[in-house]
Order: sequence, then C-alpha cells, then structure tokens
Amino acid sequence: MTRITRAHVLVALVAAALCVPAAGISSGNGLPTTIGKGEGQLNLVAWEGYTQPQWVKPFQNATGCQVHAKYAGSSDEMVTLMRQGGGSQYDMVSASGDASLRLIYGKDVQPVNPALIPDFKNFIPALQSPPHNTIGGQHYGISLQWGPNTLIYNTTKVKPAPTSWSALYSAKYKGKVTVPDNPIQIADAALYLSKTNSSLAIKDPYELNQKQFDAAVSLLKGQKPLIKKYWALASDEIDLFKNGDAVIGASWPYQTNTLVAAKVPVKDLIPKEGATGWADTWMLSAHAKHPNCAYQWLKWVSTPKVQAQQAIYFGETPANTKACAVMDKLSKGSAAQYHCGASAAYFDSIKFWKTPVADCGNGQKNCMDYTKWQQAWTQLKG
Amino acid sequence: MLGPPLLAFAIVYLASLVALFISSFWAVDPFTTEIVRHWNLDNYRTIFQSSAYRTIALRTIGIAAAVTLTDAVLAFPFAYFMARIARPRSRAVLFVLVLLPLWSSYLVRVYIWRLILNENGVLNWTLRKLGLPAAHLAYSNWAVWLTFSYVWLPFMILPVYGALERIPESLVEASRDLGAKSFQTFRRVVLPLALPGVVAGSIFTFALTLGDYVTPMLAGGSSSQFIGNVVYGSVGIANNVPFAAAFAAIPLAVMAVYLLIARRMGAFEAM
Repeated sequence: MTRITRAHVLVALVAAALCVPAAGISSGNGLPTTIGKGEGQLNLVAWEGYTQPQWVKPFQNATGCQVHAKYAGSSDEMVTLMRQGGGSQYDMVSASGDASLRLIYGKDVQPVNPALIPDFKNFIPALQSPPHNTIGGQHYGISLQWGPNTLIYNTTKVKPAPTSWSALYSAKYKGKVTVPDNPIQIADAALYLSKTNSSLAIKDPYELNQKQFDAAVSLLKGQKPLIKKYWALASDEIDLFKNGDAVIGASWPYQTNTLVAAKVPVKDLIPKEGATGWADTWMLSAHAKHPNCAYQWLKWVSTPKVQAQQAIYFGETPANTKACAVMDKLSKGSAAQYHCGASAAYFDSIKFWKTPVADCGNGQKNCMDYTKWQQAWTQLKG
Repeated sequence: MLGPPLLAFAIVYLASLVALFISSFWAVDPFTTEIVRHWNLDNYRTIFQSSAYRTIALRTIGIAAAVTLTDAVLAFPFAYFMARIARPRSRAVLFVLVLLPLWSSYLVRVYIWRLILNENGVLNWTLRKLGLPAAHLAYSNWAVWLTFSYVWLPFMILPVYGALERIPESLVEASRDLGAKSFQTFRRVVLPLALPGVVAGSIFTFALTLGDYVTPMLAGGSSSQFIGNVVYGSVGIANNVPFAAAFAAIPLAVMAVYLLIARRMGAFEAM
C-alpha cells in the first residue's frame, strides 16, 4: 500500500521544510513550489490523439515517467473514469469545458501551481485564467488546446459543398449522416436554431429553457432517421467515411486530418451559423498517485514544440503563442490554418462546451440542467 | 469433494447476483454521482414507464429470439449430416470447420462482418460485379442479427449434433419396418428425440445474445441499443450503477423463465 494521500504529501513537505529550510519549500496555500523526483509512472485519461508517441516517447525518455493513457469518448466518460475506484486510478485528465467544472465542484481535481510551468506566461490571455478551469483565483489545471467542432463531408459525394449545418438536418443525405454519440450534441442543434429560428430567442446554446430545449430535441428527433450511426470514438467516424457508409457529419479536425492522410476525399469547414467547440485543460486528480510526473507532464505539453506537434496532429489551436512559429516550421501555413495566436474576437466567436446548469445566468433558474440533457439523449437514441 | 467448488459458486456467483439485485433498489446523487442507499423503486419505474427503455428491452429479446431461430434452422441440417450421414473421416473435418472460428477472437469475427457489409465491402463488391444493386446492410439491426447468427452458430450445432448422434439406429429402422416414409420417420421419431438438443443449443444462443453489448455497438446503427449497451453506458458513462443493476435484472428474469421452460422440454438431459 503506497497510496500517497494529500496528508502524506503535506507531512512530507513539512518534514522536508524542517530538515532543509534552504530547499525553498514554503507554500502558504498548500501548492507545491518545486517539482520533485518523478514516480516512474503517469496514468492519463485523454481524448484520442492527445497522447501520440511523437511527444510521449521523448517525455518518457527525459523524465522516466511511463505514460499509460486511456481514451475516453465523451466528457461524461471522462468524469466517470476520474471518479471510479475512489479517484486514484488516474492522475490526470484532458477535460473539456463541459467536464472541468463538474470535476472541480465534485472535488475530483486539485489546484495546481502555474508558476511551475515556465510556458504558462506565453499562453493567450483568454486561456490563462479561463472561467472553466480557474475558480476564485485557484487554477485547477493548465489549459492545453482549443478548437471548433466542424462539418465534415466527402467532396466527391456531397455537391455542392455545404455552407450550413442544415445539411445535417435535410433528407438529401439520408442514411449517410453521422454525428457524435454525446448529449452535448443538443447544443449544436440549439446553435443552429439560434440562427435560423429567431422566435425561440436562443442566446446561449448551453442555457436553454424548456421551450428552447424541446425545439432542439425535436430537431434532433427529426434527424435520427437520417443517421447511419452515432459515433462514440473518433476512429468509428474515420471507418464510416473510409468505407463510404457516411458522406457527411459532425466531426473534429482530427478525423479530417487522419482521413486526408489516408487519401479519402474529405474536407471540413465551420458553417455560416458558427460552431460549438472545446477548450481543454490538463487537470490533476485530487487523489493523484504520481503528482511529480504530472507536473513534469504539464511542463512538457506546454512547451512550444509539443504544443505545435499536438496542434498539427489533432488539428486544433495551441494555447501557447510561441508554438505558432514552430507550427509553420513543421508544416507551412498551419499556424494560420488553425488560427494560432488568434484574436480575442475569433476566440469569442466559438461557443465552447460547458456544463448546462439550471441557473440561466439571467437570474432565473429555469434552464435544463445536464441530467435533463442526458435523459433526452438516451430517449432520443432509443 | 463437491464442497469447496459449491462454496465458491455460492460466494462468487450467487452473492454477486444478490448484491446486484439489492443495489438496483438504491439511487445516485445526480451531482456527485455517489450512491445513496435509500430503498426505492424509482429505477424500475423509469424502466417500465419510459418507452425508450421498453423498446430497448423488446429489441434485445426480439433479436435474441430471431438469432436463436436462425441458428436452429441453419444448425439442424448441418448437425444431421455430421451425425447420421458423414463418414468418420469427413465428420472429423466438419468438426474442425465448426470449431475453427472459435479459435479467433470474438472481436475479429465481429469486425469481419463490418468489413463484409459496409458500403465498399466484399458483399457490395460482389453484387456490383454481378450487376445487382448494392445492399445497405452495414450499421443496422440486420447487421447485428447476421453477426450474432454467425458468431453463435457453433454453440447450436454441437448440442444438436450430440442429440442426433444419440438416437439409436434401431428406432429409425423400426419406424421404417412399420411402414413409415422417410419424412414421417424424421418428423415423428428423429425430430422429437433431437428437440432437447435444439433447446439446449437455444439456451446458449439466446442467453449469449441477450447479454451482449459489443456487437450492437460495433455492427449496429442509429437504433441498435441493447440492454447491455444501456448497462454499459449507465456504469461507464453516467456512473449510475443502481440503474444499471435494475436494467440488468431484466435479462436475468427472462433467462430464469427460459430455463424453466427448457428444463420441462428436457434440454438439461441433452447437454
């Protein structure tokens, strides 16, 4: 039994502080101020494509921390994995905005000290203390990457090229459509309705009253007969496009990149209605067994080179502005393609995933909370 | 001699079933997803009142029944040939052929069907060469039914073979001597004696389909959720173990009834 609890760490810190006062360990708020020796292991819950050998292998060689990653298909799965087995099974999670607050308020993750991450000061301002991972000045994790959810289509089968999300709701491609198997899809329908049905007056696709929610769900009910398959893992969607079972769908840029590399004629775009998106954070479990390796990992994935590698591999935008130059070095034009170092205006145009709660933000508490979203999604899929 | 294994059976198997049953009457806190141990029937109420869960339960039982019927129809002539017509040598070859697929991983066999049925797959390639219209079977309940029927077929063939092999030749001869035609002999002598074998096989095909969630997930389409998928999602995604336990009690109840009927039809003597 070598489980390290916070009490153990605290006792060790106090003991160390008493023995070697010169070591620089003095933390008023309980956060570490130095990174200790690695524990030899690091267990991660990650999105598919976030732990590629090209940046994991050098990390393992440099730090001696062996990385074990488990892919999760949705934010719900991430939250569940982080809570299973008392929460000590995994050290870190690459949580999106719709999971991060649930993890913070559920006390599943602990604050980290950004002063230990040298590249933190190079992050775009919007991602240094974003509301989805920083509460009351405490940083519950370090931002990683962000990007939009896109509309993907097969260029030889879908003509003319789509410009609107309406392509996913019209019968033209019946039986050839695929969308994520994820309750947060309701927000995509709500975003579309916010631009096409002004009588509903949807302002925020994550803050929906009963009437707006019902309209979004009924739009998705009408979409169901058009769906070939609700994809759970990115690799499922890749298979569907590769084998011709789907020709249009909702996607991440990662699938497009992988398919293009496999010479499948696909393209993606942000339709005219705009897009939902994600802003991911590496968060540290409240019961992490390998906190030193975790800090090493935070440091590593924030460096310009790794940020650039991951951005290009997955097709997303790095938080670190220093990564833009590296991106262009690795693949010419990629910095502009993925809006590296983007303006605040572009950042704000994406409706980032967040957990729907009853509090609508306008003083009323009549919005549908996430439990309702999950129930509606289960009923919808049948 | 029987004591220790029986004890292990009681603890490992029966105790976990009891634990499952008890936890199905608990609830979870919606925000923290901690289990709340206060007795209630809400989980069962949700299952019986929601049309979505009813549809999923009926779909699971329906496809399990369809798979069982398909396998019985496919397995009977095959087993009959093996047991009563084939020579010992070709019988051995047939045995190997039946068992060979079991040597490969279950997942491989499911993915094979995905490759066969998908839009640019083997099936459509063949159809196109023959000038026939393409089939759109991939990612549908048809694909689920086909995959299950293929994967569980050996589990039907073997018990049916066993039952057919045990029918004494003298009974068939006696029937013939008494003037019965071959079809009459088959219908009134062979079939009734082989029926317990078919029922025994059906226990495998029915129970295995009822409890599976991998094939619906991989081969299924937009309306292919099984009871197992809801259980998997409730545990792995929503962290609602009590609800999963309640839904898992349904196949348990269905199987209990099925086994009682099977026992009355003499299936346990044929195993």
